[in-house]
Amino acid sequence: MNDEHFGFLDEYAKKEVRRATLKAVAIPGYQVPYSSREMPMGRGFGTGGLQLTLALIGRGETLKVIDQGSDDSVNAVNLRSFIEMTCPGIHTTCRTEQADLIQSRHRIPEKPLREDQLLVLQVPYPDALVVVEASEDKRKLLHGEADYSRLLVKLYEDIVKFSEITISHRYPTRINNHYVIDPSPIPRWDVPKLHQSPALILLGAGREKKIYAVPPYTQAIPLAFEDVPFRVEDFSDEQGQRRSCVRCGCNSSFLDEYVDSATGEQVYRCSDSDWCNQQLELQRRVEEVVEVANG
Amino acid sequence: MAYVAIKGGAKAIEGSKLAYDFLRSRQGEGSQPLDTSTIENQLRLLHSRVISEGGVYHPKLASLAIKQAQGDTLEAAFALRAYRSTMPRLAETEAMDTSRMRITRRISSAFKDIPGGQMLGATTDYHLRLMRMELLDESAEAFMAISRSWFDGLDVAQIPDTFPKVLEGLRQQGLLAEAPHNPHQDLPFDITREPLIFPVPRSAALATMTRSEQGSLLALAYSNMRGYGDIHPTVAELRVGFVPVMLPHPISGKPMEIGEVEITECEVVAMYESDEQGGKPSFTLGYGACFGHNEVKAISMAILDRSLQKGMQGTPSNPSEDPEFVLLHIDGIDSMGFCTHYKMPHYVTFQSDMDRLRATQSKQAAEDQKS
Repeated sequence: MNDEHFGFLDEYAKKEVRRATLKAVAIPGYQVPYSSREMPMGRGFGTGGLQLTLALIGRGETLKVIDQGSDDSVNAVNLRSFIEMTCPGIHTTCRTEQADLIQSRHRIPEKPLREDQLLVLQVPYPDALVVVEASEDKRKLLHGEADYSRLLVKLYEDIVKFSEITISHRYPTRINNHYVIDPSPIPRWDVPKLHQSPALILLGAGREKKIYAVPPYTQAIPLAFEDVPFRVEDFSDEQGQRRSCVRCGCNSSFLDEYVDSATGEQVYRCSDSDWCNQQLELQRRVEEVVEVANG
Repeated sequence: MAYVAIKGGAKAIEGSKLAYDFLRSRQGEGSQPLDTSTIENQLRLLHSRVISEGGVYHPKLASLAIKQAQGDTLEAAFALRAYRSTMPRLAETEAMDTSRMRITRRISSAFKDIPGGQMLGATTDYHLRLMRMELLDESAEAFMAISRSWFDGLDVAQIPDTFPKVLEGLRQQGLLAEAPHNPHQDLPFDITREPLIFPVPRSAALATMTRSEQGSLLALAYSNMRGYGDIHPTVAELRVGFVPVMLPHPISGKPMEIGEVEITECEVVAMYESDEQGGKPSFTLGYGACFGHNEVKAISMAILDRSLQKGMQGTPSNPSEDPEFVLLHIDGIDSMGFCTHYKMPHYVTFQSDMDRLRATQSKQAAEDQKS
């Protein structure tokens, strides 16, 4: 790995990714095909996001990598150290507000993004229509005609069968009143963050060889019906009380549910680890101020 | 607590790498590290498979890939492909002329008597698959004696380098349609530089199949042979050998040989079809070629090439005739990556799934109470 040049990929490959990205930004939600290169990690581990990051990051910029909300999980660590190794001169951070570029799998940070930030989402299945039409050739026609009737029928059938829309994550979302995208397997909780986002959001599918974008301040509306609105995940307990994180006490974040191996109790924690840490820090500071005030 | 399991990623990765490497050495004292040249020469069919699926003709790196992947063909091909991503493409060769192949094996199942004759070459086709116990404890002397005796009693000067192509004879008899066009006029589709957008040209299908995972290709071709298809192929010619690679000289511009690659090539003759323009009906063709010595792959590819051409003309009547189905599912690097990614955490999406199931269950319970 000692004689690799900046960004691992050869310059032609990076140029192609940038050109596809420009087209994706110009046609919000449209899936731009590109000749995704093999990366030295598994296809499906975020190679689409990685190619975007490598093609877009420059020296002096700061990167954050998230997997499942955490900067520390194995895959995030692996991706981050690969980018550090192949992009000398960049900085990395776990803090959302410090990052110029954020590459993420399955989550959008809880902290709202800014105009000068760029979010890259890794995507396993770029096409929201794949659940109703297996052929890509036919799906392209449906997208062109903005014909999403079969998706709406699927949602309707869900309601008839289960009295609920059963799509949990990767909720189909209409961009700029035309293309419906698969917003990557983010929970429904994160879907509203796409709408009128100040930050540019790029989505990269390496195995399926597609790049698409939600440009800043663009409409992103999840598919739903007037009488059955879009709903995000519900974290209220049996009494209807909003559950909070056992670590930082936050009751407004997306929570991970797990069983405490010591007590056998079901507990909840912030999925976004940076958010959780910052909430804790805030509390500490408040306590300090209170202590000082109480003298 | 369970939460700990996803933390400390960097240390966990380091430990896992050490464990992986440690297992290479578990033969213990007195063992020798595997020599990459041994892999290339003594595990030559494994090597062929990796070089073909890796899609870069780099025999030395292919051996290294096999060594570091501890013999996993998918992993080894994967490392070769990733290496390829770091390399710019500097030049394009003309279409290779396989009639100039330096042949080590060629057979035809269509004709008993082919010009130049059948050449069995190195094959296991007629081996009795009995255990050769003597190889368990092979002495260096016995091993060296094999290569010493190789040319015994042979008049090397009399062995021809190459042979005419079998199909030419069929063409001359009018049983086979003429080659559709001059391949030199039609730039081949480069799957490493352009994404597949369906419908794809045949050159894109051929390029995808030649890098594909051998087992996947065989499974789909086998489905066609067994009845989910109607190709009824006959191997007109299967040849293995070395093909010269030509590039224009940087100054004179004249094509010159820059080296050679070992390939396996297969042409199958399939069910005849009537000519659309009302001409004479003739046999149809399927073509397969890949790096290295991989006969099963070349034959499978030729069968699928024929079935895909059939599917592209009309409506595919089974999976092996559907270009999207075949071409999007045979790449080993793509499919293994996605398969192994399921080992990564999916806490967030599963949380979202549980939310939907709980909501659905409580709606149902509420409705059951009403009725």
